Amino acid sequence: MAVTAGHREATRRAVDPASGAQRLKEAAFKATMLLSTLVGLLFLLVLIVDVARDGVPLLSADFLSSFPSRIRPEDSGVRSALQGTLLLIVVTAAFIVPVGIATAIYLEEYADPERWWNRLIELNIQNLAAVPSIVYGILGLAWIVRGPLSLGRVLLAGALTLGLLVLPVVIVVAREAIRAVPSSIRDGSLALGATQWQTIWKQVLPGALPGIATGVILALSRAIGETAPLILVGAVAFYRFDSDGLLSSFSALPIQILEAVTDSDPAFRDLAAAAIIVLLVILLLMNSVAIYLRNRYEQKW
Amino acid sequence: MKPHRTLVALALTASLGLAACGDDEEGSGGGGGGAPEEQASATQDLTGAIAIDGSSTVQPFAEAAAELFQEQAPNVKITVGGAGTGDGFERFCAGETQISTASRAIEDDETEACTKANVAPSEVQVANDGIAVVTHPATQVDCLTTGQLKRLLAPDSRITNYSDAGGDLPDQEVSFFTPGEESGTFDFFTEAVLETDAEQRTRNVETSANDNQIVTGIEGTEGALGYVGFSFAEEAGDRVNIAQVDGGDGCVAPSAQTIQDGSYKPLARPLFMYPSEEALAKPEVKAFMEFVNTEQQAIAEAAKIVPLTPEQAAEAKTKLGA
Repeated sequence: MAVTAGHREATRRAVDPASGAQRLKEAAFKATMLLSTLVGLLFLLVLIVDVARDGVPLLSADFLSSFPSRIRPEDSGVRSALQGTLLLIVVTAAFIVPVGIATAIYLEEYADPERWWNRLIELNIQNLAAVPSIVYGILGLAWIVRGPLSLGRVLLAGALTLGLLVLPVVIVVAREAIRAVPSSIRDGSLALGATQWQTIWKQVLPGALPGIATGVILALSRAIGETAPLILVGAVAFYRFDSDGLLSSFSALPIQILEAVTDSDPAFRDLAAAAIIVLLVILLLMNSVAIYLRNRYEQKW
Repeated sequence: MKPHRTLVALALTASLGLAACGDDEEGSGGGGGGAPEEQASATQDLTGAIAIDGSSTVQPFAEAAAELFQEQAPNVKITVGGAGTGDGFERFCAGETQISTASRAIEDDETEACTKANVAPSEVQVANDGIAVVTHPATQVDCLTTGQLKRLLAPDSRITNYSDAGGDLPDQEVSFFTPGEESGTFDFFTEAVLETDAEQRTRNVETSANDNQIVTGIEGTEGALGYVGFSFAEEAGDRVNIAQVDGGDGCVAPSAQTIQDGSYKPLARPLFMYPSEEALAKPEVKAFMEFVNTEQQAIAEAAKIVPLTPEQAAEAKTKLGA
């Protein structure tokens, strides 16, 4: 009995270490965590309030549907930049979805991880995800705008450059999603006589799709906020006509924001704030779709 | 898209007429021939794309020009960038732009690079640029030599009082309000006066991308000194004191005239557009450049920049006509 009582006491002490010093430590730790969270939130809040104060009064249907103007800043708008950004999203997606998913399937389902070239590919992709975006801009300028592809300073060149920039992210996320499909599903499918391609197409991909879609959307929302690569491949802020398709010059919201922020006329800097709000709304919409897809379609195995 | 039939017919006759006249008329200047309405519709009928890039100082001018030109030629798609004079020429020589803007004349190695790529730049002056050195209205500074400005604003300067800069400057604490690194005015000033590679002192200096804000800062701070684009200083009137600048040949006050004739040294410079000769052969580029030339006064006013003198404009016109 005495032994049991002693044990119980020890357990109680271990479970509830309520000495004063420890409790203080606990509280301090918790406060530090909370404070760290608040730092991020605070800056975000300051940014949003600051932008909203300058930008909201300028937001209107006219702002979305008029072209930028140098002579009449009060009539200036983001029509061409908005068109450019939306087109960039579509074209970039059309590029990264097939290429990204195919790469992920190859690496997860076909590639033998023992082979050196597969390990090299894997290592490269991981490293590419950390390369600064301006480097992709230089790559786009040298190989897509000029050089081998020589597309010129056109929207397609911008979309391909942004695609290359976010492709590693898409591949990594898609691989995670494919890996999350349990191997029992594959084994079951193969055991029933399905080929490997049928197994991937009918079992693995449908199961991984929500994860892949989320990754693609998050990658795209990173892409459309990028400024540096677009400057290098020649996006322009002063663009007073409707987009002419993939093989014509283009504008994009971040470019117009940058130009407006650095303008010497304060009227243009308020325009930047309004354009930032437009970009933020697009980003928030995309991220909400990603969250919705994840919650709605995610499978529990 | 349902253009009026009469308009289309007019435009067709006009363009046919122009095409028929061709080269022999061009020498006498595009402005010479044709009834006004005929010309207007010819412009209206122009199509094509013109990519302009280069100097960030010329950018507002080029944008204003493009916008005004578009009112007459709605189907000419003009884009304007401000990558910087050097980067602009690089793109221009790579054939990516039709017109390069510049806040200095093209350099020999740039011409060479262009020639190698079979791009022939033709220089056209489009406006003038001047920087005014301004002080707080109560600060008695009439004239500053480039040497004094250098002592005040050089990257390693620690001067806190005007009198430490030499000459007969007043015994007055000094502080600075200037444009920041992103500004073409900053680049020009640091290069022309301080002779540095885009560097000036940082101690006691407030920078702003907005010339109006600089004026406001100087107006509200006793002893303040700074520099802004000439139009902004002129617009500020009595709110600031505009100092004369002595670039070695005596004190000269900045004015449209001294900036235009270059006697306001070293803070005046010409601004250029360089269309390629191949681009000038296209009717829309030629029409745009001629528009820039004839409307330069209005464009310069909209872009807050010093226009050309009638002589400079005439010279540019001759170059375009040739």
